[in-house]
Amino acid sequence: MAAHINRRDFLRLAGLGGVVFASGLAYSASAATSKDSKLEEFYWVQLSDTHWGFERPPVNPDAKGTLRKAVQEVNRLPHKPEFVVFTGDLTHTTDDPAERRKRMTEFRDIVAGLDVKTVKFMPGEHDAALDRGKAYRELFGEPSYTFEHKGIHFIVLDNVSDPAAMIGDVQLAWLKAHLAKLDKNARIVVFTHRPLFDLYPQWDWATRDGAQAVDLLMPFANVTVFYGHIHQEHHQMTGHIAHHAAKSLIFPLPAPGSLPKRQPIPWNAAEPYKGLGFRSVEAAAESASKYEITEYPVNKA
Amino acid sequence: MKMNTRNLVVRSIASALAVVLLVGAGSLVFAKAKDKGERVISIKVKRFEYSPKEITLKKGVPVVLELKSLDVPHGFNLPELGVRADVLPGLTARVRIVPTRTGRFVFHCDIFCGTGHEELEGAIVVKE
Repeated sequence: MAAHINRRDFLRLAGLGGVVFASGLAYSASAATSKDSKLEEFYWVQLSDTHWGFERPPVNPDAKGTLRKAVQEVNRLPHKPEFVVFTGDLTHTTDDPAERRKRMTEFRDIVAGLDVKTVKFMPGEHDAALDRGKAYRELFGEPSYTFEHKGIHFIVLDNVSDPAAMIGDVQLAWLKAHLAKLDKNARIVVFTHRPLFDLYPQWDWATRDGAQAVDLLMPFANVTVFYGHIHQEHHQMTGHIAHHAAKSLIFPLPAPGSLPKRQPIPWNAAEPYKGLGFRSVEAAAESASKYEITEYPVNKA
Repeated sequence: MKMNTRNLVVRSIASALAVVLLVGAGSLVFAKAKDKGERVISIKVKRFEYSPKEITLKKGVPVVLELKSLDVPHGFNLPELGVRADVLPGLTARVRIVPTRTGRFVFHCDIFCGTGHEELEGAIVVKE
């Protein structure tokens, strides 16, 4: 596929993207190969934790500009992504329902500048936990849904509209019924906000009933999870399922358990926007569980 | 997927039943603790503060924490000691702790409660 080769060549020649992480496992690669005509190469972009409305200059003096810069950066990518997905915490929480809607509206207006056909959303607890997703639904629609794209079955799970950070029995039953319709070798990608596993419960980096979702996904050979919440890149396996956390676009957080308290890493004027960014995810054709992740900074716009 | 009103009502009823069970179990914990003369420590929770924020315990000496919310639903989660409870307005949550190791153990609210939710935490310090 010419576009694929050009994009990879561009990345190599231009030195774009800080880190390339190949996700995939040898033992799951047997589930489907490049000979399988159903596998197509394409890529999407994941942005996360934009926290529109956040204002703390020592943490991010360009809080009103960072998201706009990210939008410009995405629009400058040499090949358009098939879609862009925001994995939650679109806005920073507020107790005022009117202000919440105002922030969501402003966020929506800014990301309307993305030069892509399709943009997918899901809430984070900052968007949805205080009103159980009421404002989010008004502006963005259902917080959990599925869609198909070029042979991949995407599942968006909501683990934030319940303020106790639970997926809940109703949604788990829906997930179970939905998965029952899929082939065990189906190519599945899950988008969610919080980690589905106990990454670091001491900092509330977990989903209380996330293990039930992972258990439901475990019989499927090709499952990969992309999430946000922890404001940093992180990669972990639960069995054969890879979980990839994305950077934030407002402030980075320290590595799990690396400091006594979970608190934003202050802005460093010598290295502005350090720790912030977005990523592209390329679905490989040679394996149904392989994804090439490229991390991008936001300080070039 | 539609999380309709009926589902939310079912969830609320289930939550209410869980609370009743928790309160019942909490009362039992409290009665047993009183019988044994165990120390009961009262903790008030409000947005965005536990009071007291730090509690010092002696290793091997059991205590009962009695938690009350002064405003909205909060959580009390102490993962390192395997303790958590919902702390709901108008109800008292009780948890018994037998500290078996020394150290400083952070507890936090795990029910999203507003703008300062992520700063709502405290610590239990266990000494010899």
